[in-house]
Amino acid sequence: MSKANDTVGRDEAKVMNRSELTRQLVGRLTNHEAVIGGIGNTNFDLWASGQRPENFYMLGSMGLATSIALGVASAQPQRKVFALEGDGSILMQLGALGTVASVAAKNLAIIVWDNGLYQITGSQQTLTSKGTDLVVIAKGAGIAQSFWAWDEAHFGSLVDKALGGDGPWFIAVRVDGGKPAGTTDRDPVRIRQNFMGGINAKA
Amino acid sequence: MTDKTSEAWPEIVVRVLKANEVKLVTYVPDNVLSPLIKLIHADPYFTVIVPAREEEAVGIVAGAYMAGQRGITLMQTSGFATIPNALASLICPFQIPLVMMISERGTLGEFQQGQAIVCRTMRPVLQSLGVEHFAVQDPDQVEFVVDGMIKQAFATQAPAAIILSPLLTKRVAA
Repeated sequence: MSKANDTVGRDEAKVMNRSELTRQLVGRLTNHEAVIGGIGNTNFDLWASGQRPENFYMLGSMGLATSIALGVASAQPQRKVFALEGDGSILMQLGALGTVASVAAKNLAIIVWDNGLYQITGSQQTLTSKGTDLVVIAKGAGIAQSFWAWDEAHFGSLVDKALGGDGPWFIAVRVDGGKPAGTTDRDPVRIRQNFMGGINAKA
Repeated sequence: MTDKTSEAWPEIVVRVLKANEVKLVTYVPDNVLSPLIKLIHADPYFTVIVPAREEEAVGIVAGAYMAGQRGITLMQTSGFATIPNALASLICPFQIPLVMMISERGTLGEFQQGQAIVCRTMRPVLQSLGVEHFAVQDPDQVEFVVDGMIKQAFATQAPAAIILSPLLTKRVAA
């Protein structure tokens, strides 16, 4: 493809599959990167991609995956941290994008799976189905490196950029309404303890 | 040696935070907290993150704790009223020692009706979630209460709310 990254808008981005791209993301993580999975199907696909000890599965608190990831990134500046959000989730906490920009979190990347739907509650439309463009919002919030992934290969190249270069990064991905590939365990304390062990944190 | 008798409450809080290795401070501003906020910004010991909303502050401190760094979040009474879902769905079930410092508005001379009303929701919410809380009323209590609340939070893996009463922050010393 010859397009410059920042010329692709939401309407031009290919509609892809969240389960497949979650597996692709996890397959690229070779350096104990932390991944904070947001509520619902985002988390379910992260779980189904293999339960890495460096994964944290947020079971409620819709909209806070980015904030949790920012806290992890701040406390462990040598570790790359990914936040996985849905469009409905990030729309609940747009100020968090400004917070990430304000502290210039070098080791943080936010990935948003945008299907335009509150899929888990019956596929009602979110604001992104009605014209809201999350990449434009993220840029406006101050995250200069904000992109739509235009296809699977481009998504991979954006993840590689986030792994290799200073952030913060914001990668938005249009996805279909396909079902997640699994469901998470529901034991919060075990999830937290596994995660803390996985990223070598002392309580 | 520091003359502790001359310390105001913000100075005491800074000293106790450091003694307990609480390095990360997140806050949404409040006038009563402003002297403490100034001290924290001026002190390179602290990492300060200023989000747009109290829920974010809760998430940031939770993430930092899980990555091995202790934090605190400062807010006003009305800010506390925006975070019960984050407490109920993240902090309490995951057993995360979120330390909150809440400046109490809405009582003992409040002029805004909204502040007075929302203030009445704070203790019932803390009680219904089973969150340890204590209101500091006197300068002599600051060190013991703040230190004890922080230590208990981390020792018991549970959130704690340190409430700064107007008796501490507004009353003119006799």
